[in-house]
Amino acid sequence: MTHAPHRAREHGARSSAEQGQGAPPRGLRTWRAWRTGRRPLVLALLVAAIAMALATLVPGVASAEGERLVGTLQTSRSGPIEGVEITVETADGDAVDSVETDEDGRFAVDLPGPGQYSISLDEDALPEGVELGTAGATREVTVDLGRSQPVNFGLVDGSSGAGGGTVRAVQLLVDGLRFGLLIAVCAVGLSLIFGTTGLTNFAHGELVTIGAIIAWYINVRGGVPLIPATIIAMVVGAAVGALNERGIWRPLRKRGTGLIAALVVSIGLSLLLRYAIQIVYGGFSNPYGDYQSQRAVNYGVFTMTNRALASIVISIVVLVAVALMLQRTKIGKAMRAVADNRDLAASSGIDVNRVILVVWMMGGALATLGGVLLGLSDQVQWDMGFRLLLLMFAGVTLGGLGTAYGALVGSVIVGVFVQMSTLVIPDDMKYVGGLLLLIVILVIRPQGILGSRARIG
Amino acid sequence: MADLLNAFAIAGKAFFGFQAIFFALLAIGINVHFGYTGLLNFGQIAFAMLGGFGIAISVSQWGLNFWLGVVIGLVSAVVLALLLGLPTLRLRADYLAIVTIATAEGLRLVFRSVSATPVTGGTRGLSAFNGSFIDLAPWETQTRHRVLGTSWSGGELWVALVGWSLVALTSLLVWQLMRSPWGRVVKAIREDEDAVRALGKNVYAYKMQALVLGGIFGALGGMIYAIGTGSAIPDQYQNANTFLAYAALILGGAARVLGPVLGSMLLLFILQFADTLLRALIENGVIPEGLLSSTDVAQIRFVLVGIGLMLLLVFRPQGIFGDRREVMLDAR
Repeated sequence: MTHAPHRAREHGARSSAEQGQGAPPRGLRTWRAWRTGRRPLVLALLVAAIAMALATLVPGVASAEGERLVGTLQTSRSGPIEGVEITVETADGDAVDSVETDEDGRFAVDLPGPGQYSISLDEDALPEGVELGTAGATREVTVDLGRSQPVNFGLVDGSSGAGGGTVRAVQLLVDGLRFGLLIAVCAVGLSLIFGTTGLTNFAHGELVTIGAIIAWYINVRGGVPLIPATIIAMVVGAAVGALNERGIWRPLRKRGTGLIAALVVSIGLSLLLRYAIQIVYGGFSNPYGDYQSQRAVNYGVFTMTNRALASIVISIVVLVAVALMLQRTKIGKAMRAVADNRDLAASSGIDVNRVILVVWMMGGALATLGGVLLGLSDQVQWDMGFRLLLLMFAGVTLGGLGTAYGALVGSVIVGVFVQMSTLVIPDDMKYVGGLLLLIVILVIRPQGILGSRARIG
Repeated sequence: MADLLNAFAIAGKAFFGFQAIFFALLAIGINVHFGYTGLLNFGQIAFAMLGGFGIAISVSQWGLNFWLGVVIGLVSAVVLALLLGLPTLRLRADYLAIVTIATAEGLRLVFRSVSATPVTGGTRGLSAFNGSFIDLAPWETQTRHRVLGTSWSGGELWVALVGWSLVALTSLLVWQLMRSPWGRVVKAIREDEDAVRALGKNVYAYKMQALVLGGIFGALGGMIYAIGTGSAIPDQYQNANTFLAYAALILGGAARVLGPVLGSMLLLFILQFADTLLRALIENGVIPEGLLSSTDVAQIRFVLVGIGLMLLLVFRPQGIFGDRREVMLDAR
C-alpha cells in the first residue's frame, strides 16, 4: 500500500493500516452517487471514501473472499494517482492479473491462493514529479491464507526530502502545532476537572473517542455533513460529560470516596467504555465522509492540507474563547476560584457542584471537538482517545496539573516535541518521545511550567 | 447443561493455569506497591514485559543460556524500577501513576516498533526459547493428561507446578517481610508518610525498595507467561493487563498475603467461565448473533473487569479478605 509520506508522518502507521481494504462494491457506489448531488470530481472522491468506510464495515466484502493484494498509489503533492497499470505474477513468472488504479489511486488484485507473488507497476505511467523510491518498481510479497495483503510501493514526490522547497523541520513544526493544539483542546477539560475536583480522570480519553465516534455515526451513517455533525456530537459530548458527573462522580464525592479510589474507579470506567466501544464500533479505523481527498497546498517551506489548516484555526479560536470565558465571564471566574481553593469558593457563595457540572460539560464538548479533529487527520478508531490520553497527561503535567493555561501551553509543547522528534527517532516511536519528555519534566520541574510548588505535595 | 459443565471444566483449567500464575505474580507485586506501601504503580505490565523478553531475547536472539536470560530479565526489571522511582517517588501519588502507565505504553511501543525488530522481533515477537526449561520436566512433556475434565500436556503441568511454587515462595517472602521491621515501616509509610519521616526513617529509600521488590515479582510473572505461551509478543503486554491484576488484587483483598493469589484465581475463573458460556450461548443461538458475535466475547472480559473494578472500589474496597481500615484509599 502506498500512501503519501506526509500522511505517514501525521499520526503513525496505524492510521493507514486499514486503508488497503480495496475497491468498494459497484452497487453501493452508484447508490451513494445518486443520493448526494455535488460536483462530479469531489463527489467521486467523497463517495469512494464513504463507500470504502462502509466496505470495511461489512464483513465479507473485503476480507472473506480470499487472498488478494491491495494498495493505494498517492503522494501528498500529486494526490491519488489514477490509471497506473499494476501487474501481478506468481513466483514462477505466470501472470495472474493486471489492473489499473482507480480515481482514488487504489488497486486490488484477487489471487488464486496463498503463496509468493511478485507485483510490479508501470513506471512510465506515473505523473510528472512522482518517482519510485529506492526499492524499485517490483515487490515480492508473501500472502497468507485468506489475507488481504497491503502493498506499499514507496512513491516519492520530493515533498519529504530536501528537494521541492519544503524544509522538513518547518513541516514537522507546523504538523506539531496542529497536533499540539488538538491535544490542548482535549486536555483543557482534563486539567479543569483535576483542578476543581482533584480527580485524575483516566477515562477522559474515552470522552474523546465517544465524541469522535458519535460524529462518525452522524456523519457517515446519517449522511449529515461533518460540521453540523460535529456540533451535534459536541452537544451529545457535553451531555456525556454531565452524565459522568451526575451519574458517577457526584455520588462518589457524596459518599466520601477517596481520590485514589476515585482514580481506580476512573480506570475501571475507562476499560469498560473502551471495550464497549470496540464491541459496538468494531476494531476498524474509518475516515469521516468529508474532506478526505484533499491535496496538500504548498506554502513555500511547508505543505498543508486545508483540513489541517482548518484544524489549527478551529483549535486556536476555541482555545481563545475558553481563555476569554475563564477570564471574563462569571462562570469562568467561578471555575478558577473553585480550582484555586474549593472551600473558600464555596464560602464566598459559589455553587461548587454547579461549577463542576459546567466544567464536565465543557470538558465533554471540547474532548468531542478534539476527537473529531483527531479523526480528521488520523482516522476514527476505538482506542484513539486512550492513546491520546497519555500525551494529554504529558501536556497537562508539563504545564502544571490543574491549571487551564498550563494545559494549553504544555500540550502545544508536547505536540510539537512529538512531531519534531521524528527528525531523530523512527516514526513509529514518536509517542515515546512525548512520554520521555514527561519523565524528564518531572525530574527537573515537577510542578510544571505554570504550576505552583504547593500542588505537588 | 453439558455446555455449563464444559464451561466449568475449562474455567477450572484457567483457575490453575499459567495465566492465573501470571496475574497472581503481577498482583503480588502490586500488593507490595499499592497494598502495603501505597504506591500507585500502573505500569506493572512493563516489568512483566522486561521479564518475558529478558528470557526471549537472551535465548533466541543472543543464544545465551536460559538461566542467564532469567537473570537478565530480573536485572532489567530492577533497573526499570530505579528509573521510574527516581523522579516520581518524592512527588504525590498520582504522578507515579501517570509516569508508570506512560512508561509501560512507551516501552511496548518501542518493543513493537519496526526499528526494534532485529532485537525484539517487532509485532511478531519471538518464540522458541522455552525448550531448555520444558526439558527439565521430570516427566514426559508430550503426553496429555486428564485433570478435572480438561486436558493438560505434560509441559503445561510442569509450567504450572513451577509457577505455583514461585507463587508460594513469593507469598512466603511477602508474609515474612511484612511482619519484619521493614514491613512495619512500609505499612506506616502507607498510613502516614510524614509521621515516618519524623521518626527519622528514609521514606524515599523504603519506597524505592518496595518498588524494586514488586517489580521483580512482576518480572517473574512475565517470565512464567512467556514460558507458558512459548512466545513473547509485545502486544501481549497491553496495559489493560495491569488493570486486570489490580482487579484481581482488589477482588481478593489488598494488603493481605493471599489476597492477590486467590483474587487472580477467582478472576480468571470468572472471566473464563463467562467467556466459554457466552460463546456457547451464541453458538446455540440463545444470544442472537446481531446482539453479540463470538468475536466480541474477547472484549466482554475487559468490560466485565471495568464494571467489577468500579463496583468493588465503591462498595467493597477491601475485597473478599481485606480489612477496610488497612486499604489505603486517599491521595497524599
